[in-house]
Amino acid sequence: MDRRTFLNNLIQLSAAATAAGAIASAFAEENKDKPLALRPPGALPEKEFIKTCIRCGLCVDACKNRENKMIINGKEIDTLYLAAPGDNAPIGTPFFHPRTGPCFMCDDIPCMYACPTGALTPKECQNDKGEVAIDYAKMGVAVIDPSSCIAFWGLQCTACYRACPEMDKAITIEWKPNERTGEHAYRIPVVHEKYCTGCGMCEMACITEKPAIKIFPREVFLGKVSNRYVKGWSKQDQQRVKNASTKTTTKTPWSSENPIQNLNQGVNWND
Amino acid sequence: MIKLITKNRYLILRRITQFLILFLYFGANYYGWKVLIGNLSFSKLFNTIPLTDPYAFLQMLFAGAVISSNLIIGLIVVLLFYGIIGGRAYCSWVCPVNLITDLAAWVRRKTHHEKDNLVSAMKIKKFRYAFLIAMLIFSTIIGAAAYEFINPIGIFTRGVAFTLGFGWVWLLVIFIFDAFVLKNGWCGHICPVGAMYSLIGAKNIIRVYHTKENCTNCGNCFMVCPEAQVLGPVINKKDDYITGIECTNCGRCIEVCEDNALKFSLRNFIKGEKNEKNSSN
Repeated sequence: MDRRTFLNNLIQLSAAATAAGAIASAFAEENKDKPLALRPPGALPEKEFIKTCIRCGLCVDACKNRENKMIINGKEIDTLYLAAPGDNAPIGTPFFHPRTGPCFMCDDIPCMYACPTGALTPKECQNDKGEVAIDYAKMGVAVIDPSSCIAFWGLQCTACYRACPEMDKAITIEWKPNERTGEHAYRIPVVHEKYCTGCGMCEMACITEKPAIKIFPREVFLGKVSNRYVKGWSKQDQQRVKNASTKTTTKTPWSSENPIQNLNQGVNWND
Repeated sequence: MIKLITKNRYLILRRITQFLILFLYFGANYYGWKVLIGNLSFSKLFNTIPLTDPYAFLQMLFAGAVISSNLIIGLIVVLLFYGIIGGRAYCSWVCPVNLITDLAAWVRRKTHHEKDNLVSAMKIKKFRYAFLIAMLIFSTIIGAAAYEFINPIGIFTRGVAFTLGFGWVWLLVIFIFDAFVLKNGWCGHICPVGAMYSLIGAKNIIRVYHTKENCTNCGNCFMVCPEAQVLGPVINKKDDYITGIECTNCGRCIEVCEDNALKFSLRNFIKGEKNEKNSSN
């Protein structure tokens, strides 16, 4: 083989490999981007999780063969699945659908300890003091749709409240007078994300045809307040600004317009 | 009957190991057996010995994952086993996709269109190695093990042990590709996992030994070999081991050889000493 054919072959080969690789990785990239998949307890943040998970399924094996088995109507409830093509989760990674198979929050967390790669790690399932327990899992957060939750209509339900393993912490019931009837009360479920593990028992228990309470990944649902807001009524939050400088500098000059004009720029008052 | 079994002894053994592995994975999930749990990207043998797929490991490394000690131990076990003993035996003795591609090769033989390739095999001779590297680079770019998303080995083993979903479409595509587009196309020209095991097992000791004296140049071995290029330099030319790194140690050539010219043997690296232990008996 002379040099010309060798170079020719090399270029052709690299081009073919790059093309095939690009197609394959475009598929992979597309497949990777499934932010709604719910992960087992102790999962790293999704971006890290997808890197670290080797898709072996030891967590699913551990979940399937857990001691804390749940049988409803003679059917054993499976929680974790490894995603196959068509499951709407990155192929081969563990996920669960709370409506049909919520996490039953085993005390020994078999799935997390089965993980060989550290994609599921006790570090992501502990409280501030470093104590590891399933109650500190952050699989997701429950979200209520007030338009379809019958408690918001004034009917009594509390199914989610009673199903919640973190009862009176993750979901509480708020009483409000029902002004429509004038003599009844609304008993509204309220989710407190600090205690919600995202296990999905509420979603399974929800009595509406399509659940009015659903689990979403925390990264998808939860908002984030910027640093400049400090709770003036919270001593703990005040600590954040303990050392803040009281000096202020004005970076923009004072507006020459009066405040009303300034706030309503562009408003046409004539019509 | 006995002749049929001895004529297919390695084939039967290979099918037994392939199905046994799948069966153990299946049992681990559905019945909680602790013999072999996980799947072919990572497993635990007897719930203690970790086994890591080296290519999945490399992809994770390139994707920038933090590697745990379990994975490293598993990698060492696998590297030692295939590096010293097995060679590329993974492809023919373990990998379940081999069932599909062997079926495709069988269809080709039965329908007598073995030479009909829509793609020139010569043109993509080294494609799998380039693809192996390309997928590592793309793993870095997308920040995840890129090939694992399309890896049919993973889809097949997960399909057996867990859920298959639409995975069968992909497996069917591989069958059609092998049977009608390119002979031994997937395992022999594309699959980077096989390429990885070729490289790992390049210097292993169990190899097929060829005795020139017995060879009648009938060509039976060339007919069945999935990587026929490894036979070319040896068959009917010299007394030597099949040294090509792409030999999968499937033993098919030994079975079809009517002249007793091929056998499994331990490769001897110390020169000048004749030490051919027959490991097949």
